[in-house]
Amino acid sequence: MTAEPLSLLSQQGTYQPHESLALDPDSVDSQRLLRDMIMTRRVDTEAIALQRQGELGLWPSLLGQEAAQVGAAWALHPQDIVFPTYREHGVAWCRGVDPVNLLGLFRGTTMGGWDPTENNFNLYTLVIGAQTLHAVGYAMGIVRDGDVGTGDPERDRAVLVFLGDGALSEGETNEAFVWAAAQNLPVVFFCQNNQWAISAPYSVQSRVSVAQRAQGFGFEGVRVDGNDVLACLAATREAMASARSGNGPTLIEAFTYRRNPHTTSDDDGRYRSGAENDAWAALDPIERLKNYLKTSGTLDQAFLDGVAQEEEELAEKLRAGCRELPNPAPDQPFRNTYADMPKELESQMNEHLVFVEAGE
Amino acid sequence: MTTLPGTMPIAHALNAGLRAAMETDDKVMLIGEDIGQLGGVFRVTDGLQKGFGDLRVVDAPLGEAGIVGSAIGLAMAGYRPVCEIQFDGFVFPAMNQITTQLAKYRHRSDGRVSLPVVIRIPVGGGIGAIEHHSESPEAYFTHTAGLKVVMPSTPQEAYDMIREAIRSDDPTIFLEPKRSYWLKGQVNRASTPGPLDKAAVVRPGEDLTLVTYGALVPVALKVADVCAEEGRNIEVIDLRSLSPIDDATIIQSVERTGRLVVAHEASRTGGLGGEIASRVQDAAFHSLEAPVLRVTGYDTPYPASRLEEEWLPGLDRILDAVDRSFTY
Repeated sequence: MTAEPLSLLSQQGTYQPHESLALDPDSVDSQRLLRDMIMTRRVDTEAIALQRQGELGLWPSLLGQEAAQVGAAWALHPQDIVFPTYREHGVAWCRGVDPVNLLGLFRGTTMGGWDPTENNFNLYTLVIGAQTLHAVGYAMGIVRDGDVGTGDPERDRAVLVFLGDGALSEGETNEAFVWAAAQNLPVVFFCQNNQWAISAPYSVQSRVSVAQRAQGFGFEGVRVDGNDVLACLAATREAMASARSGNGPTLIEAFTYRRNPHTTSDDDGRYRSGAENDAWAALDPIERLKNYLKTSGTLDQAFLDGVAQEEEELAEKLRAGCRELPNPAPDQPFRNTYADMPKELESQMNEHLVFVEAGE
Repeated sequence: MTTLPGTMPIAHALNAGLRAAMETDDKVMLIGEDIGQLGGVFRVTDGLQKGFGDLRVVDAPLGEAGIVGSAIGLAMAGYRPVCEIQFDGFVFPAMNQITTQLAKYRHRSDGRVSLPVVIRIPVGGGIGAIEHHSESPEAYFTHTAGLKVVMPSTPQEAYDMIREAIRSDDPTIFLEPKRSYWLKGQVNRASTPGPLDKAAVVRPGEDLTLVTYGALVPVALKVADVCAEEGRNIEVIDLRSLSPIDDATIIQSVERTGRLVVAHEASRTGGLGGEIASRVQDAAFHSLEAPVLRVTGYDTPYPASRLEEEWLPGLDRILDAVDRSFTY
């Protein structure tokens, strides 16, 4: 039987400790968590608006998944490395990636958008599940560098790789599980089970929960409430600590819901009910954390006002920044395809540049 | 069988090249199925795990996507992985990682991240093998921007090119003509590898240019021998680099000879022969005395091995094409 997802925060905001989720709530700056979730949602809201205005070709919304992403990201040490899908805007935010740079891929000004080595946050991956194997390879590198199990918190590192429930049906994800298990690699697979792979519900893909599937590969699976940021943080912290110390992989299932369509091009009215969406809207992760802060008497109105101000500045920055994203130079694809550009490609580039210049 | 000092088969030359690369750079590591204790099904990695340990010579689980995908992650982490795919026909489960990930990441990262991954694949037929063990998948790779594709034909080239491929910051598909693994030749281990993107004129001539690569190079040299007896002087070019193609060497040759035959084992349609023909007619149209002719595998799946001797381009089929060229 599928286990109930573990949680620490009730919807009403009551904190209930759980023996399987070690977390001292007083050690967590929950107001900052709230701020990161609110800012993440604003990135998403503004990007959707930009898409509606024709400034972006597409946007994959994360609405409803802020707790899963922010909770997981807060478990990271600076030297840990993240392999995202294309929906990890909240993780990117927490890692310090300029949110304007998230827009370039969807605006068509770049195929990437940021320096993946700068914040240890890799480029988005559009091919489902492909990044799980990159994470495994990177984790192999960590082992070979000797950066696992030294006990030095500045040195030990691990990989956090994000995937969706759809990726569990890809062969490559299953290969990644085999490799991670057999080699006991320092990698944590964080699956946001938002229940829909475009129009395919989770039931199309599996008879057991995400977390249960880890058992077959020989490592731990943990099922947490993906709308509970503290539960996501606690589970990821523990899994990352275990990975860094040399105890191998964990699969975390953050059980949540994708409240918007798959992308702005998708019509989710064709495959699911508004009632289902409404039920999940009532479980909103930001409201839950706010309730907790209110209940525990630690919600500071001045702080909230500050966040609201920050949000407005962010929105302005996104709107202006999006329009100012530079178009790539016409020689850009030619120059970046090879480290050592072949002569034939150089002549194609020159031919193209002559054509482009003549058109001006 | 006696072996002259400095003489070795291609399989041993590759082994020596891998060993040299691993000794030179401790970030070089090998990853593939059965490459450790067994030394690979063709023994190319024989003894390397014993010498370098199982963290540098990794026996992979049976998953080609996993081999290439994890090599991508390793390269991101600063390593220089050399993957072994056991046979040509088994590379296809890894094609997603090769074409959508490995080939594109440098472009996607705006040139910031290079992936110095080498994928070694034994290719081609002529060894009496069963299904999926004799194929020539090179055109799939040459059609993918971001990859380099090379194939040596002699032990010296094998030794030099594998070291150069590993040193390259670009992902390189390293095709090994399996029919030639036991072909012997001199290997100077003190050699300095030349550039990977050059074709080699392996036999100069004035009357016709014959371009080929891999296991067909020795066949082409035999063709030239036979033609010489008939008074025709054939120039044989070993392409070596299938992507990029060294146009200049071919075009200069055709400008002198006026005739071109291209031979390869891979199926004809969409194969490299068409690409080379097109480039030559573009750059040397007025030098051509005859149409460019192709001698290739056919547009069928690779046949059962009892048929392969006739199916593969061999001496007679290439000679027929040479004769046809001279009828114009």
